[in-house]
Amino acid sequence: MTALGGLLRKEWFHIRRDRRTATVLVALPVVQVLLFGYAIRTDVNDVRLAVVDPAPNSVTLTIRNRFAAAGVFRIVAVVPRAEDLDPLLQSGAAQQAIVFGHDFAADLGRGEPAQLLVITDATEPNTGSLLQTYAEAVIQGYERETMVGRPGPFGPGRTISIIPQVRLRFNPTRESSNLFVPGLMAFVLTIISSLMTAISLTREKETGTMEALLVSPLRPWEIIVGKVTPYLAVGFISMIAVLVEARLVFRVPLRGSVLLLLLEGALFILVSLALGLLISARTSSQRLAMLGALLGTMLPNVLLSGFIFPLESMPAPLQWISYVIPGRWFVTIARGIMLKGIGLGYVWRETLYLAAMAVVLLAASVRSFHERLE
Amino acid sequence: MSELVIQASELTRTFGDFTAVDRISFDVKAGEVFGFLGANGAGKTTAMRMLIGLLNPTSGTARVAGHDIYTESEAIKRSIGYMSQRFSLYEDLTPRENIRLYGGIYGLTLAQIRDRTDVMLKRLGLTQVAGQAVRSLPLGWRQKLAFSVALVHQPRIVFLDEPTSGVDPITRRQFWELIYEAASNGTTVLVTTHYMDEAEYCDRISIMVAGRIAAIGAPADLKREHGVASIDELFVGLARPEVPSSP
Repeated sequence: MTALGGLLRKEWFHIRRDRRTATVLVALPVVQVLLFGYAIRTDVNDVRLAVVDPAPNSVTLTIRNRFAAAGVFRIVAVVPRAEDLDPLLQSGAAQQAIVFGHDFAADLGRGEPAQLLVITDATEPNTGSLLQTYAEAVIQGYERETMVGRPGPFGPGRTISIIPQVRLRFNPTRESSNLFVPGLMAFVLTIISSLMTAISLTREKETGTMEALLVSPLRPWEIIVGKVTPYLAVGFISMIAVLVEARLVFRVPLRGSVLLLLLEGALFILVSLALGLLISARTSSQRLAMLGALLGTMLPNVLLSGFIFPLESMPAPLQWISYVIPGRWFVTIARGIMLKGIGLGYVWRETLYLAAMAVVLLAASVRSFHERLE
Repeated sequence: MSELVIQASELTRTFGDFTAVDRISFDVKAGEVFGFLGANGAGKTTAMRMLIGLLNPTSGTARVAGHDIYTESEAIKRSIGYMSQRFSLYEDLTPRENIRLYGGIYGLTLAQIRDRTDVMLKRLGLTQVAGQAVRSLPLGWRQKLAFSVALVHQPRIVFLDEPTSGVDPITRRQFWELIYEAASNGTTVLVTTHYMDEAEYCDRISIMVAGRIAAIGAPADLKREHGVASIDELFVGLARPEVPSSP
């Protein structure tokens, strides 16, 4: 019994004295529950809605107000012409749009069925379907209310009929693979860039070859470039492989510029490599480096990039955290280029974020490389 | 033989409150085999790391191969070779590939690398296994190869950090033959060890205790001065001053 007691005590000391492992053991479940609990939510709120209303009148205004009062929608723009919608939807400023015809109110007034076009961004298929259902519910609510005789523009008790016409933009068949591939690309690139770089550098530390390199006339930047370039190349090749596979097997569209997509991919690889370098500079063993890369880059890039779980429905703190997750920006860019066919004009902000991250992280990793000599 | 290739003066390194190396001064002459002796943690590895540019000193000065360690580390790196306790070979590469890699890093031409590879493999008797991964070679062979690779660019000084720890006595003796061979070719050898019998192989030794040099000189002179029969006896006496060393 005392022998077992001693064994238990010893193991407890192991856990307590290895601060990093202790932190992981305590923090991991807490963070996981938070992430999964909040991130995996299939309901949607704060939907950015655009309205095309060529002839505003009391009827269209009432319907607009009903959308605004539904608690789910936020009207971000009201424009007179349907042509004005495209930039809003492409940039993501609007996720959904309702388009009134010119004769909408008149049709209803004559007792004829009126047509209302509902356009939804279906880049994220699940969110798209959900938005569609929400919008139809609001319209049906309006119909019902008019019928049961609340005073309205058509008098009490009138039967009206609105026929919502549904149109899904960017991903009309709601293929989840379309959504999935850009995120998967981010995932694969993270594994190769961050994980492999971190592991291969710490392996050199463990086996002592790193010292041999540091003692040699090689400059620190030469060592870093020498270590990182092969993985940059491998990352680039596997990105192309994923794209080709996505195109041939899943028939994922590639509507925008392939060159731009590859350049953005190279930028993302650079950010991931820098993260890998930073992790390897702070860890002494391959085991720790792997743990660091998994927790520090892969999990956030999967959970908080919008790859699987829509960012829109996450609570604000998680959304703030997602701002420093490179995957978030790359997934947005890749989806935009592949599914919406947009150019640099629409993704310059995301590109800038990635570029800034690359510069900061590379500078930090070169610095910590130098510090090791102190 | 009187040229000084290493001159250290008041070299000090602290880690927080702990002083790993405490104002050590010593000289090493060209062509010497100079032994750094001490218990684990006595500061010999720290001292060596400062000399080869892996660690910045807290204070003090030193010149290696005529170059200042603060301002001319690039020039120092070109004129030294280094072999750590952990071999510094890539175990998944073959001997030939390792030699080629380090030769390239030190700026040798391909022709030079080819010539030296053949000579080296023949001398070490590794020609048969030149195409096998280093991992598959016996420890003693790997170690001799690592030593030869550290000399591939024919440095003026070679630093060996506990090169023989964990190796059987026969391999240790063979390894020391390689060290003598290098020294007879004019290479200065600075070697750390905690095997006291190896101290007898050195031209001169310094014994480090708690970061300071407690004794320095030729093994025979030291034994005579302190009136002891072996370096082992001298070392135990210096490392544990409360126990009087037997005459």
